Amino acid sequence: MVRYILRRLLQVIPVFLGTTLLVYYMVFALPGDPISALFGDRQPPQSVIDTLRSQYHLDQPFWVQYGIFLQNLFTFNLGNDFTGQPIAATLARVFPVTAMLAVEALIIQAVFGVAFGVFAGLRRGSWFDSTVLVASLVVIAVPTFVLGFVFQLVFGVQLGWAKPTVGANADWGNLLLPAVVLGLVSFAYVLRLTRASVSESMNADYVRTATAKGLSRPRVVLAHILRNSLIPVVTYLGANLGGLMGGAIVTEGIFNVPGVGNKLYQAVLRSEGPTIVSIVSVLVLVFVVANLIVDLLYAWLDPRIRYDQ
Amino acid sequence: MKEKAMTTPEIRIDEADTTGVRPLLEIRDLAITFKTGSGEVQAVRNAHLTILPGETVAIVGESGSGKSTTALAAIGLLPTNGKVSAGQILLDGEDIAHASERRMIELRGNTIGMVPQDPMSNLNPVWKIGYQVRETLRANGKPSGPADVAKVLSEAGLPDAHRRANQYPHEFSGGMRQRALIAIGLSCQPRLLIADEPTSALDVTVQRQILDHLETMTSELGTSVLLITHDLGLAAERADKVVVMYRGQVVEAGPSLELLQDPQHPYTKRLVESAPSLASRRIQAAKEQGVEAADLLAPATEVQANDHILQIQDLRKVYKLRQGLGKSTDFAAVDGVSFNVKRGTTTAIVGESGSGKSTVAKMVLQLEKPTDGKILFDGVDTSLLRSADLFKFRRRVQPIFQDPYGSLDPMYNIYRTIEEPLRVHKIGNTASREKKVRELLDQVALPQSTMQRYPNELSGGQRQRIAIARALALDPEVIICDEAVSALDVLVQAQVLNLLADLQSNLGLTYLFITHDLAVVRQIADHVCVMEQGQLVETGSTDDVFDSPQQDYTKALLNAIPGARLMLPPEVA
Repeated sequence: MVRYILRRLLQVIPVFLGTTLLVYYMVFALPGDPISALFGDRQPPQSVIDTLRSQYHLDQPFWVQYGIFLQNLFTFNLGNDFTGQPIAATLARVFPVTAMLAVEALIIQAVFGVAFGVFAGLRRGSWFDSTVLVASLVVIAVPTFVLGFVFQLVFGVQLGWAKPTVGANADWGNLLLPAVVLGLVSFAYVLRLTRASVSESMNADYVRTATAKGLSRPRVVLAHILRNSLIPVVTYLGANLGGLMGGAIVTEGIFNVPGVGNKLYQAVLRSEGPTIVSIVSVLVLVFVVANLIVDLLYAWLDPRIRYDQ
Repeated sequence: MKEKAMTTPEIRIDEADTTGVRPLLEIRDLAITFKTGSGEVQAVRNAHLTILPGETVAIVGESGSGKSTTALAAIGLLPTNGKVSAGQILLDGEDIAHASERRMIELRGNTIGMVPQDPMSNLNPVWKIGYQVRETLRANGKPSGPADVAKVLSEAGLPDAHRRANQYPHEFSGGMRQRALIAIGLSCQPRLLIADEPTSALDVTVQRQILDHLETMTSELGTSVLLITHDLGLAAERADKVVVMYRGQVVEAGPSLELLQDPQHPYTKRLVESAPSLASRRIQAAKEQGVEAADLLAPATEVQANDHILQIQDLRKVYKLRQGLGKSTDFAAVDGVSFNVKRGTTTAIVGESGSGKSTVAKMVLQLEKPTDGKILFDGVDTSLLRSADLFKFRRRVQPIFQDPYGSLDPMYNIYRTIEEPLRVHKIGNTASREKKVRELLDQVALPQSTMQRYPNELSGGQRQRIAIARALALDPEVIICDEAVSALDVLVQAQVLNLLADLQSNLGLTYLFITHDLAVVRQIADHVCVMEQGQLVETGSTDDVFDSPQQDYTKALLNAIPGARLMLPPEVA
C-alpha cells in the first residue's frame, strides 16, 4: 500500500510539469502587453516600462521565463505579482477561503445528496422519490449564476437570513449561502447517482440473504445496501472536490468571496503569468491528492480492489 | 403398487397427517400473485405442502414452476411486487402468510434459516466472511465472539476457520462460499432450513460433499429441510418426500422412491423419463439410425475420408500468471492432452471447472493458440492455416456455447442471426439465403415465423435451437458444444439433446461435447475424455468409462451424479 501511494505521488511530477508548462505557455501567448495594461490610459516613460519588463523577466524568451519560474518555485520563492504583492502571501490568503467554501459545499452535497438519494432509492416510485427527482432535474437545468443571483436576492436581501456578499470577513457562517449555491448542482448529481446505486443494490442477492439471516431493516440498509452503493458516489465526490476548488469563479464572483476563483479571474484579466501558474500549480496538487484519496477510499470500501499486486 | 395407483387420484396427498405428529410447516391452498406491467400474474395456485419436524421435503420443478416463490413466501421474502393472495402458511400452527415484518425478523435466522442458490452473488463482497456470520449470530441474540464464529464455520466444513473468517468472499472458491452460506443458514440452529438449489452452481463432486455435509448437520440438529431443486434425481436421493410443481401448481407429492418408481401425473412421468441423472443409456433412436447409416456408407466413406476428423496431439496451453513487477509464474491450463475424434461420432470432454476442458475447445476452434502440440483437422495441421484457409476452416467447424442469452446478439432478429454466417461467407443470394434459413428453422423444429422475432422474445430452449441453427447454417462437419445444454431445464435439455442426436444421424455431424455433467455425457456421447487439472486422466467408450471407471477421479465424478445410486424399474429408465 505504501509503495502504491509513493508511486502515485511520483506521478505528480510529470503531471505538474506538463500542466504548468501548458498554462505558462497559454499566458505567454495571450495578446496584449501586461505592463502597458497596468498603466491604463497614461503612457509611462519607456525606461519605466523597460525596468518593469526586466524585473518580471518579460524581455526574456519563453523558455527562460518558464525556467526562472520553476527555479523560483523550487526555492519556495514565488516572487511578486504586478502590484508588488508577494504571490506566496496571496496564495496563503485566498486558498484557505476557497478551501473552506469547497469543504462546506462538499459536506452539503455529500450529506444531503446521499441521504436524499438513499431515501429516494429505497422508496422508488413513491411521491418523495418523484418530487426529489423532478427537483434535482430543475437544479441541474438552471445555470449556477441564475441560482446564485436568485439565492442572493431571496435569502440575502429579501429574507435577510444571510449576508448577500461575503467580502473580507469570510468564515463558515458567511460562506454558507455561497456554499449551498456551489454545492447544489453536484448535490443533484450525487442524489441521482446514490438513488440509482441504492435501488440497484437493493435487489442484490446478498441483500435478500442478509434479510433472511434475520437482520433488522436499518441494519440491512446500513451494512449491506449503503456501503455497496457508496462506491460510485465516493468516486464522483472526490473528483468533484478539485472542481469545487477551481470552478468556484462564478459563485465567488456573485457573492464577492475573496477566494481562488476571484483571484485567478483577476490574474487572467491582467495576464499575470506567475500568479496564474502558481494558483494552477496548487490546484493541480489538490486534484492529484483528491484523486489519490478517492482511490484509497475505493479500496477501503471495496476489498476486491487491491493496488499492491 | 399397481393397486395403489388405481385407488389414488392423480394427486397423492401426504399420509403424514395420520401419524399424529404436528407438522412444523404446513402450506395450505397457497396462492401467490405478482403485480406486473400487464396486470396480475398468478405465480402459485393451490399449493399444498407438509413438513414434519426433522423431515426433508423437496420441491421439484423447472424454472418458472413456482417452487422458489413458494419457498420465499415461507420466509417472507417475496419480491415487493408479489403477495400471498390466498391460503395459509402455518409454522408450528401459527399462520405467517401475512405476519408483520417485525414478526418475520424474529423468525428469520432463528426459526427459519435459508441457504440461497448462487454462492457467487449471495455473500456481500465488501464484508469479511466472519463479519457476515457474526452479524447473523448477533441479530438473533446468540454469542458472537470470534470463537463462536469460527465454530460455526468449521462445523460447516471450512478448514482453518479462524483464518478464513478474516477473508473476503472473493478469496473463497465457489464450494467454500457455499459452505459459508450453509454456516450462516444453520448458525442459529433454525428448526426449518430452506435450501434453494443450494448446489446447482457447483461441480458435481463438490455438490456431493456439500449435500452430504448438509445432510449430516441437519440430521444432527434435527432440522427440517425444504429443498428446492430442478433435479429430480437429487431430490429423490436427498429427500424423504418429493413435491412436484408445474406451472404454479403442485401436481404430485409423495415419498421419494415411490414417486420416482410410479409417477402418476403426466408431467412427473416426463420428468422422470428425461431426468439426465436417471437415464442410463445413450439416446437410442439416433444411435441405431446412425449405425445403420454408417453400415451402408461404410465402404464409400472409409476410402475417401480420414477416419479421424480431429486429432489432438500432446496439446499444451500455458498461461502466464502475473505476480506484479514483471514477475510471473506459468500455469498449464492444458497439459499434454492427446485424443482423436472419429467422424460422425460424439466425443465428450468432462471435468470440473478449471480442468482445462473449455481451453481445449477454444484451441480446437482456433480462438486460442496452443503453446505446444498439434491439432489436426481432417489430417491438416491447423497451426499452419493462414487467414484464407482459416476462414474456410471456420466454415467446417462451428461452436454452440453455453449461454443462449449471451451468445445471440439482442439487436439482431433471428433471421439476421442465422443468415449472418451465410452472408459473411458469401454463400448464395438473398433469396437462397432466406430459403436456407427457413430450412434450418425446420430442422431445429421452430416455426418459420420465428425469423422475425428477437432473442428476448424466445425461451432459453428456443434460443439454444437458434444457436444450433446458426451453427448448422454453413453445413459444418464438426460442432463443438461448450456446455451447450447446461443452462437448460431438464425437459428442454432432453429435447435439445434429442435434436442434436437426430441432426447427427441425418447430417453425419461430429460433436465435441464439453460438459461438467456426466449424466448428459451418458446420454449423448460415444467416447469420453475425463480431464483433471489440465491432464487427460481417462479415455474410453462411454459404456466402458461408466461401467468400469479406472481412475479414482472418474469414480468420484460418477458417484457424485445425484440419483446415480437409485434403482429404478427398467421401464422407467
